[in-house]
Amino acid sequence: MTRRREKILLPLIAVFLGFILGSLIVIATGRSPVAMFAAMIKGFSGLDIINDVPWNTRYVGEFIINAMPIILTGLAFAFASRTGLFSIGAEGQLMVGSLAATAVALLVDVPRFIHLPLVLLASILAGALWGAVPGFLKARFNVHEVTVSIMMNYIALHLNNFVILNLLGSQDRVKTAFFPESALLKSPFLQSITRGSRLNWGFIPVILALIIFSFIINKTTFGYSLRAVGYNKDASRYAGMKVNRNIVLSMMIAGAFAGMAGSVITVGTFNFGRAMSAAEGYGFDGIAVALVGGNEASGILFAGMLFGMLKSAQPLMQSQGIPREIAGIIQASIVLFVAMQYGIKMLLERFKKKQAVTADGDRA
Amino acid sequence: MGYIIEMLNITKDFPGIRANDNVTLQVEERSIHALLGENGAGKSTLMSILFGLYKAEQGSIKIRGKEVSVEDPNVATSLGIGMVHQHFKLVQNFTVTENIVLGSEPRKGILLDTKSAEKKVEAISKLYGLAVDPRAKIEDISVGMQQRVEILKMLYRDAEILIFDEPTAVLTPQEIHELMQIMRRLVEEGKTILLITHKLKEIKAVADRCTVLRRGRCVGTVPVASTTEEQMAQMMVGREVNFHVEKGAAIPKEVLLKIQDLDVKNSKGLLGVKKLSLEVRSGEILGLCGIDGNGQTELIQAITGLAKIESGHIFLRENEITSLPIKERLDLGLGHIPEDRHRHGLVLDFNLDENLVLHNYLQKPFAVWGVLNKKAIKDNAARLIEEFDVRSGQGAATPTRSMSGGNQQKAIVAREIDRSPDVFIVAQPTRGLDVGAIEYIHKRIVAERDKGKAILLASLELDEIMDVSDRIAVIHGGEIVGIVKPNETDENELGLMMSGSMRKNEKGEQA
Repeated sequence: MTRRREKILLPLIAVFLGFILGSLIVIATGRSPVAMFAAMIKGFSGLDIINDVPWNTRYVGEFIINAMPIILTGLAFAFASRTGLFSIGAEGQLMVGSLAATAVALLVDVPRFIHLPLVLLASILAGALWGAVPGFLKARFNVHEVTVSIMMNYIALHLNNFVILNLLGSQDRVKTAFFPESALLKSPFLQSITRGSRLNWGFIPVILALIIFSFIINKTTFGYSLRAVGYNKDASRYAGMKVNRNIVLSMMIAGAFAGMAGSVITVGTFNFGRAMSAAEGYGFDGIAVALVGGNEASGILFAGMLFGMLKSAQPLMQSQGIPREIAGIIQASIVLFVAMQYGIKMLLERFKKKQAVTADGDRA
Repeated sequence: MGYIIEMLNITKDFPGIRANDNVTLQVEERSIHALLGENGAGKSTLMSILFGLYKAEQGSIKIRGKEVSVEDPNVATSLGIGMVHQHFKLVQNFTVTENIVLGSEPRKGILLDTKSAEKKVEAISKLYGLAVDPRAKIEDISVGMQQRVEILKMLYRDAEILIFDEPTAVLTPQEIHELMQIMRRLVEEGKTILLITHKLKEIKAVADRCTVLRRGRCVGTVPVASTTEEQMAQMMVGREVNFHVEKGAAIPKEVLLKIQDLDVKNSKGLLGVKKLSLEVRSGEILGLCGIDGNGQTELIQAITGLAKIESGHIFLRENEITSLPIKERLDLGLGHIPEDRHRHGLVLDFNLDENLVLHNYLQKPFAVWGVLNKKAIKDNAARLIEEFDVRSGQGAATPTRSMSGGNQQKAIVAREIDRSPDVFIVAQPTRGLDVGAIEYIHKRIVAERDKGKAILLASLELDEIMDVSDRIAVIHGGEIVGIVKPNETDENELGLMMSGSMRKNEKGEQA
């Protein structure tokens, strides 16, 4: 019971401390933290608590758009993490997922009810394949997955750019032709209720991914063996589990989540394939999301929304005259405080002890 | 009376359990005082309170008659209390002296003054008859010597009260004998010793008085000289204990486990097992005895599939399992109680119920179509907890890490015996267990034998080997140096074979 409470309480304290630190910095720059919090509230709810303007649902839509991919990359990091692996390859897996989605969207011509699932499936498979490489190298040759997944990120970036610019009929050295409607997650209905935001059906695969993650990890024999390997490889081997196979599969499934994020962005938020000058940071945001979310589906959902909100709030903060970097600082400090959770735990315990001692003193 | 330590009416609660209930421990100065109790009886908790790691809800501590409040281990150290831990805390590639001064290094200017430290260590070593070379590296000296370094560490810090936590668990019979002498010498020189142990024989051999704990309560403190081992055991367990393992004669039948010319490399890349051949028959317990590190671990890991084999063959019935994956060996009827329960035996971060299906989680009723049946897993845990008397604060949902070592071991034994394998490799099954639990586990192992299973029992406890085995194979330097019957040998002869100075089969002594 206490373990469970701790798991919820510590990240909440970290988030709280992160916001305090952010507020202090805002105060130090001579601005009002109230304006910052107003921007944040508006960033996810569309409600303006300072000015008397009507509810703008567009912000809600954009907030969800920002949260979706980092929830998926968060799941990717968390899944590998539960098997004791530190995968930072979500960035590259997302990119090859996006590339695969682009290819299928442009090259296949079938009705929407086949095309769209095909696009999603292609991105999932591409991500899984990209995850399999570091997984296999780890299992077979004990090459550290961090090194390999970093390199795979670079390969993915340049592969993406090469294919987009050379093969898929780039229009302007930046993007491909527009995708046919049949390949898109876009929904006029969702756009209309969010005042023309980019909100799309992408949240459905995201919700499915959250459920699948939680189901595999907590309910299946496969998840059981993954967790066993994550906690204690030697004992798993002793019990006859196929440790190496689990490592490869875990990296593949993690890659699948990140790959899916690629299509959610490419055929959801956008409607064309893009060449990129650098990685967009979804992968690293995902690590932060997974850390704050405690590698649990429910935690990742909340952490993803929190960081999505911070992202949405950035332009709003800037319009209030507050440096948008503050949002980044808050995000970073939340992660730092989560990483320091043992320290926080110690402080809490010392606090409790002190209380107990004073209580004793009262009794005496 | 000259009590140096007095822990009066100590009560300590943990969630769901009262670990110490009004316990009083009074230790006379310049004596050896034993603290005896089953696993989970509250010995460790009591010592942790004395050491400042836990705070008692009630009760007081007096050192040399003065009431003290031990807030943390540093206070304990400054009060002259030192602890020799069961698992040594030494830096392997440092010298003895470097290890001893670690944390309070003597300086000359900004430089480490090793010379004077070495002199001091040597002086202390001589005074207490420890015979430790202050310049030797830890990795080069024996386990017994390493323990003496731990003792020296305390003496170097002027500890007056030495707590020994299960000090003989890792020692050979000869080393145990020497440790006893050192303890007596320490007391002669004015130290006080608090000895935590399960081993009644050792208490009988060195201790002056003995305090017995049972389920968190103090059963009593008795003078050792006028109390028999049986009486102490009865106080500890709360019922009469049968020391002798009750078993009929073995009726060995066909060979179930056959090992031929086995070569296995150890972690240093050298041959840990050399051309070893061994047979274990249905219906017999073959005891494997030897000094720690003579190839037992490599042999067991080779049989169970945890270590790779260089050459040779292993057969389970007529099936060659030499290079089969572990899962297939298990499915063919191999069972294994691993010697390192934390590394191999348990996933400490799992709850108890999850650990109890570590092999069987894929099988019905624990899983249907790849989905875990949590209820079946819980029921299984409840059954095993009941049958094997595994004590855990929150039943099946107890985090395994929070359980006491003895109960963790019981959980492993329960899981493995419940599988009832044909060939059962049992390594150190009772390490760190109390007499009650040992008696029970031995009974279960014998019962498996009587069901016609083949059992290979590796143990560092000579008593266990002598009591339980039907035949004893002595291993030294990776080779079997003799196979004897327990009723035709004695500890002395085994000791000689274990140290390699005698081979039984050849009937001649070797250098």
